[in-house]
Amino acid sequence: MTKKITIEPVTRVEGHGKVTIYLDDNGNVVQSRLHIVEFRGFERFVQGRPYWEAPVLVQRLCGICPVSHHLAAAKAMDVIVGAGTGDGLTLTGEKMRRLMHYGQIFQSHVLHFFHLASPDLLFGIDADPAIRNIIGVAMKFKDIAVQGVMMRKFGQEIIEVTAGKKIHGTGAIPGGINKNLSIEERDRFLYGPDPMNVDKMISWSLDAVNFFKDYHKKHRELIDTFAAFPSNHLSLVRKDGAMDLYDGVIRAIDTDGKKILHDVDPQDYLKYIAEEVKNWSYMKFPYLVEYGKKDGWYRVGPLARLNTADFIPSPLAQKEFEEFKAYTNGKPNNMSMHMHWARLIETLHAAEMMKELLNDPDLQKDDLVIKGTRVNEGVGMLEAPRGTLFHHYRVNENDQITMANLIVSTTNNNEPMNIAVRCVADSMISGQKEITEGMLNAVEVAIRAYDPCLSCATHALGKMPLEVSLYDSKNNLIDKKRT
Amino acid sequence: MKVLLYGYGNPGRQDDGLGNEFINRMQEWVNKESLEGFEFDSNYQLNIEDAHAISDKDLVIFVDASIEDIPDFCISKVTESSKMSFTTHSASPGYVLDLCKKLYDKSPVTLLLHIKGYEWNFKEELTKKAEDNLEKAIDYFKEKLRNPISLIQFEIPEF
Repeated sequence: MTKKITIEPVTRVEGHGKVTIYLDDNGNVVQSRLHIVEFRGFERFVQGRPYWEAPVLVQRLCGICPVSHHLAAAKAMDVIVGAGTGDGLTLTGEKMRRLMHYGQIFQSHVLHFFHLASPDLLFGIDADPAIRNIIGVAMKFKDIAVQGVMMRKFGQEIIEVTAGKKIHGTGAIPGGINKNLSIEERDRFLYGPDPMNVDKMISWSLDAVNFFKDYHKKHRELIDTFAAFPSNHLSLVRKDGAMDLYDGVIRAIDTDGKKILHDVDPQDYLKYIAEEVKNWSYMKFPYLVEYGKKDGWYRVGPLARLNTADFIPSPLAQKEFEEFKAYTNGKPNNMSMHMHWARLIETLHAAEMMKELLNDPDLQKDDLVIKGTRVNEGVGMLEAPRGTLFHHYRVNENDQITMANLIVSTTNNNEPMNIAVRCVADSMISGQKEITEGMLNAVEVAIRAYDPCLSCATHALGKMPLEVSLYDSKNNLIDKKRT
Repeated sequence: MKVLLYGYGNPGRQDDGLGNEFINRMQEWVNKESLEGFEFDSNYQLNIEDAHAISDKDLVIFVDASIEDIPDFCISKVTESSKMSFTTHSASPGYVLDLCKKLYDKSPVTLLLHIKGYEWNFKEELTKKAEDNLEKAIDYFKEKLRNPISLIQFEIPEF
């Protein structure tokens, strides 16, 4: 008899997701799948709209990572207005956008670690769900919880001054930016009262990295083996191989570290990346064309970025990067839970980059926009908090968008998340007579490591409980749990 | 007395922007009337940093769109809740209040205004019915905000 376990929706991830795990007569896992309901209608919605509206319109897509979509669309429109890519902008234009982006990376990573991951780490995966949350952290580890709150607030305030406003920011426009950073705005972040200044953010980021490393020492087996599996890794890197979260060329490596995509121009991504449709999921499965659907899938996000980059161009993060790389003897790190370690190193890097940019006088200059010869097609790519984000548009002679293709970070991680679920199901659920809440949470922990965002911006529609259903081989519902 | 009015939602998703629009209009009205002691905020969703934002307030009024079967608008008193909301990167009003209490040992009187919405597509425009509900909620609060202390001793009214 085959049993089916359904976890629907997965808690603490965006949008609608459910997990089904099929068991055979002996209770062994025979198949597992992560199903995701994703809004794809957006690509059609933008058709017919003037191209210059795209950087604002795309923020309707997702209320969680609107800044990433804002900047990716603006980068695509840079190409269309003839401003080129990356360093084609004015120094002020590019650096203001970078500051906005690092603010976004910082606040998003902080939220993920302190709000989502730390309860599992501090209390244990199988701890009582009543305490395994940020409120539980607040009660037992108050200092850590306060740090999380203030660090996120700092990142949000960086976004507000660079994007112009909290909702539907207008900072990035085709060919540049619509404002610079005033001295008053700059000083607020450089010299603000404790703890709201960038030096404190760097110090706390370093503390967070050390917290994780200390935890790792005490729980090495869990962190090193939980949902670990070999994979390819893909991200943008700077042309010299440095980590660059805002701009660069596309690099992919295999599980042994061999380059399998050799620093290609994002404008050519369609030559190298395709998407497979599967009949059981609304979300597509991207893969490297040269290696096919079976072997060409890859991971994106913090772990992938630390695997693909040759170095990190900020001193404290570089030191941590070296330690991270040394742990696997310079080989790619394929341990899913090390995603948290990588994320915290990136948090530190983002804090350092914010400080470097805040001290840069180019941010007070007035040369904000550049334009050149208009073309009809552009690709904008960046490394969003969760991974590589692709925005591709075509426009007609009337300046209307005729085609949009978006590959979001969570879509890039679709296959890895499915494999992570299978790993955990095999190791923790197979052969067990009883499915406990702790086991089900373990499946979710594996998914949460990838910090998926399923584009459910309309929060009024997103209020759904966790539902777990158990089916027998004839699809009869034999058990159901709801949180 | 310090009062925070805080709307949340995505105004790019039709009626999901009811909370944000409530804040826009109330702020305009409060400025015009030269009322003092009010702060306004608006965002896509509530989050953990809002625990800090409410910690120095006497009264907090969160404003949200609702898909539920409610009257045109309704008000409820928020109580502390440690229950995680479904979405990862957002928090419920009760969750924010609970976090505020745990981290800052403060518990401002907190109300939640729900305004009924109807459509949630990729459009930056309220539906006519949602607009009507918004107007009714604004009229109600214009009267209340002239004397916000009355809201501190708030009893859930009949609508």
